[in-house]
Amino acid sequence: MQPSFKSVIAAAGLALLASAASVSAARAQDSVKVGVSEPLTGAFAASGNYVVQGAQLAAEAINKDGGVLGKKLELIIEDNKSNPTEAVDTAERLIVKDKVPVLMGAWSSTLTLAVMPKLEEYKIPMLVETSSSGKITTSGNPYIFRISPTSEMEATAFAPLAKSLGIKKANFLVTNNDFGKGSMQEFTKMLKGQSIDIGAQETMEPDATDLSAQLAKIKAAGGDTLFVTTDVAQLTLVLKQAKDQQITMRIITTGGSVAPDQLIEQAGDAANGSYHLVFFTPWFPDAVKNPDVAQKFTSAWKDKKYNTGGLTEGFRGWDGIYTIAAAINGAGKAEPEAIREAFWKVKVKGVNGDIAFIKQGPAGKESGQNVPSVYLVKIEGGKVVKQ
Amino acid sequence: MDQLLQHCLNALVLGGTYALLGIGLTLIFGIMRVVNFTHGELYSFGAYMMYMFVMLLHLDFFLSLLLAMLLGIALGAAIEFLLLRKLRGADIDTTMLVMIGAWIAMQNLEQLLWSGVAKSIRTPFPSSPLVIGALSVSWNRLFVLAVALGLIMSTYALVNRTRLGRAMRATFQDPDTAALMGVDIGTIYMSTFALGSGLAAAAGALLGPIFVVTPTMGDLASLKAFAIVILGGLGNIVGATIGGFILAFIEELGAGYISSGYRDAMGFLLIIAILLVRPTGLFSRKERIG
Repeated sequence: MQPSFKSVIAAAGLALLASAASVSAARAQDSVKVGVSEPLTGAFAASGNYVVQGAQLAAEAINKDGGVLGKKLELIIEDNKSNPTEAVDTAERLIVKDKVPVLMGAWSSTLTLAVMPKLEEYKIPMLVETSSSGKITTSGNPYIFRISPTSEMEATAFAPLAKSLGIKKANFLVTNNDFGKGSMQEFTKMLKGQSIDIGAQETMEPDATDLSAQLAKIKAAGGDTLFVTTDVAQLTLVLKQAKDQQITMRIITTGGSVAPDQLIEQAGDAANGSYHLVFFTPWFPDAVKNPDVAQKFTSAWKDKKYNTGGLTEGFRGWDGIYTIAAAINGAGKAEPEAIREAFWKVKVKGVNGDIAFIKQGPAGKESGQNVPSVYLVKIEGGKVVKQ
Repeated sequence: MDQLLQHCLNALVLGGTYALLGIGLTLIFGIMRVVNFTHGELYSFGAYMMYMFVMLLHLDFFLSLLLAMLLGIALGAAIEFLLLRKLRGADIDTTMLVMIGAWIAMQNLEQLLWSGVAKSIRTPFPSSPLVIGALSVSWNRLFVLAVALGLIMSTYALVNRTRLGRAMRATFQDPDTAALMGVDIGTIYMSTFALGSGLAAAAGALLGPIFVVTPTMGDLASLKAFAIVILGGLGNIVGATIGGFILAFIEELGAGYISSGYRDAMGFLLIIAILLVRPTGLFSRKERIG
């Protein structure tokens, strides 16, 4: 008897289902999951995508070397849409649905701060790769381990340069969130400590595109320096519009998410003469602390033909995932509490430098904070030069 | 004083584009009674077409601008034909829901096609600005203001001086009577929606090179356009034009002298204040309801 068409289809369907089920079962046993929540769309999309690319390169490299605990390291990536509500949602989904034992995220300080209560609720550690607001490590959340510098660390690192650049009066233009305002506060404190005058202190919404009003006010305030803190897309607009309004003061960007190559490409002439605080200098491979690691990362990035402008952002994803992998190996098992304990003992050779955590925040509930390297570079004639 | 003049100059340039966004939306609402949530997406569509023509296909900047606007008109006509035509006579809530759906679908499609990373567009304008005394403004912005004013005046002339415009106004006053007088309502609706969409795409194509192009750029633009339409009175081109300039001046001066953090809130606070006094907008005329 010929089997009917319907029953053949049904049998094929069942076979497919069965094989899909066995594949996912196998995967669950053979991999250690790491949840990643980054802004892949919305205002911070450019940066979030670079961080994810760096994270994926790290996972590939780790898996090529045998993975973690003899299993494959598997990234589960969620888009938090540059939106705090979505960030909380993605974290909860990763923890509850995908059952990840550790997270990395969430790029912007506001997004990270939004996620933090969920970490305490579910007792899952999170590695913070980009955010710089001081509050993240000082508010007493023992599940936070941050590899990026706080605004205070950046300001302290910059302090000796304020004199050598000859800053007399400084203005600020920052994005209106925890990242921008936190940075403005720390740099203002540092500059006042050196008796440097502070002029206009302006803010802009993270998705604002027309900044002419703020810039006109800053121009009227006078001074020799303008500190700008925001992501690379808005920074492009600031540089272009500052040139339109003939603002001649020295522009210095803080926060490290500036991608100078992308600025040169997108802002053109307007980028010339601007200074940038960065945490990785792919232009000067020997200036970094671990040249071999930086070399490995940079060539993996170039092999994939990713935008070289994203290197200064992508390295965070790489360092973050390597640090997480080290913690999982140190823990000896893929369980949240063991990984949290192990974070305190990691020593990782990262692209930025040597990664290890010191304690910050109220006693008994300390968060982990790394002490990263900070570099100042300048754009001159369409090229990045060392300062 | 210089600062005040610079603020006013900035507001004038910004106002031109706000007005352009506003009149497209007000025409569609006034004549078709459709709350057009896709307006912001037509704006980003115009910007992405500009990016494609200038940066990927290396076409002439001014030709690209024209093409972006024409494609905006075509997309508007297509939306009208595929979605709105079938919904004519449906209540305003149903249409609104469909338009919200279209807005989300279009935005996600843009994200899929172009990714979320911002794009920038090269312009043929000199990179150093025009300087008059202590004031300065980029050539690109002046060009945008000139084109925006040109488009606003052409639209005004089209609606008030042509046969098509007369049919549009008749439809605005009373669609049933207009239909009885021999006006082809279907054609009027399609050309209105296409015209409004073309203006939004033109605004996007003009502003894309000044700012950067992202899939969500339309959201704020669309919010502002709604505010301008409400401010100027529904269906009122002159009202929307003046409303656009008022909003720009308030934002610019508010940000300059009160607080830049509340720049976007400033305009909306004023709108609440105006609506409390004049609930139908600043320039609305008496109209027949029902």
